[in-house]
Amino acid sequence: MPTSAQTANCNRHDTNDKIMIIVDSIATFGKYLMLMKRVFARPDRGRMFFKQYIREASQLGISSIPIVLLISFFIGAVICIQMKLNVESAWMPKFVTGYATREIMLLEFSSSIMCLILSGKVGSNITSEIGAMRVTQQIDALEIMGVNSANYLIFPKIVALVSTIPILVIFSIAAGVMGAYGISIFTGIMTPADLTYGLQYEFSQWYIWCSIIKSFFFAFIITSVASFYGYTVEGGSIEVGKASTDAVVSCSVLILFADIILTQLLMQ
Amino acid sequence: MIELESISKKFESQVVLDNINATFDNGKSNLIIGLSGAGKTVLLKCIVGLLTPDEGKVLYDGRNMITLNKKERLLLRREMGMLFQSAALFDSMSVLENVMFPLDMFSDKNRDERIERARFCLERVNMLEAQYKSPSELSGGMQKRAAIARAIALEPRYLFCDEPNSGLDPQTSLIIDELIHDITREYNITTIVNTHDMNSVMGIGDHIIFLADGKKSWEGTKDEILHTDNDRLNEFLFSSDLLKKVKKTEKQ
Repeated sequence: MPTSAQTANCNRHDTNDKIMIIVDSIATFGKYLMLMKRVFARPDRGRMFFKQYIREASQLGISSIPIVLLISFFIGAVICIQMKLNVESAWMPKFVTGYATREIMLLEFSSSIMCLILSGKVGSNITSEIGAMRVTQQIDALEIMGVNSANYLIFPKIVALVSTIPILVIFSIAAGVMGAYGISIFTGIMTPADLTYGLQYEFSQWYIWCSIIKSFFFAFIITSVASFYGYTVEGGSIEVGKASTDAVVSCSVLILFADIILTQLLMQ
Repeated sequence: MIELESISKKFESQVVLDNINATFDNGKSNLIIGLSGAGKTVLLKCIVGLLTPDEGKVLYDGRNMITLNKKERLLLRREMGMLFQSAALFDSMSVLENVMFPLDMFSDKNRDERIERARFCLERVNMLEAQYKSPSELSGGMQKRAAIARAIALEPRYLFCDEPNSGLDPQTSLIIDELIHDITREYNITTIVNTHDMNSVMGIGDHIIFLADGKKSWEGTKDEILHTDNDRLNEFLFSSDLLKKVKKTEKQ
């Protein structure tokens, strides 16, 4: 049995640990804000920024289209099957399956869940790229030349993903709907006419805008947080790998928190 | 000319640099030598501004790097070229694009002129034939030469080399040393080389500083270094059996 002095000592250590975690978190957030201050500066050369922007838009946004289409198509199809199997009853109208599939794809999957998936693909790519540049002194080389390395490396990534994310969201919605439509045709679980009616039932254009607005914030979170982890990495390849994992975890958690806040704000 | 006045730096309680004073003239290859952990890299980082010294001044032709404002410091950095230990070429670019990078960022020349200048720099280091290759396709020596070409693209007044021979065979090291030395004389730039390679010391050491435990322990030229009474420097210089024999023969 621990004595009361030991218990008190243990509690004191727990409190100290908690305080240290809070202090560390505040310090990390401070470093993140300071990095963002350097990122959001005027680019040294417009033409170089544009060149980087095109490269990043292609690498982060356009190259993600195939995976977005693939995942969205199959998820759309699966949601349609699940809705049909689990929601169907004599009391429910037949269009409910199409209606629910559309709402899920539009309101959550194509923005939030798609961005969670992208945080894995794009986030780890950004962290490992910038982290490798850090540990191989390429960032030091930029600094020595008098280049604002944070602005040169991170700003085009943020602008590129934020500007291409609406395309990914729209493609995701379209692919999801096509997946649902495809499954209704190929399996015959419901008629395309019932599905189409459900997909069109009480459609609100605002939901698409909600999805796009949310995705802007998520794209910013993915690029800025992943860049922060890469830019501040110290050590070698093992630390770069760890930073990539940490970046994906942090991006996912922040996207989930942001999703709650944005959904509350946009859907009220 | 670069002058160091009373440079001190410590990390927490560990003193890494202790009151370093030195003058590096232009047109000369200035070498900083010392054992691993002596503080060479920290000193070089303090000189180029990647680290800020706790005390002292770093004067670039009279301009104190530490007290310059952000804009002045950026302008000063554009007068610097640096060759890193790992070459630090940008992986996503070809060799030509790497050399063109500082020109693209800061030169007002048109594209043709920038390409011409980059090719001239590559020609100067005998790397023109590899201009379209990516850094990963180059050997260690070729990467270093490409990095030298990038460092001189903007015609710098100050050139810094952090262990330029690290990971290279003796023959390639010699080529890199000669290249650094020739460029220094040709363009009359102030060059500081951080090394522990004895071939570099004996080959290009116009002015040498020996660091031990974060302090400047000795200063002189390559001709003076062989006859020094400094025990620690002698220990460092003649650590291999071969060099011990050379010294013994020379004395006889």
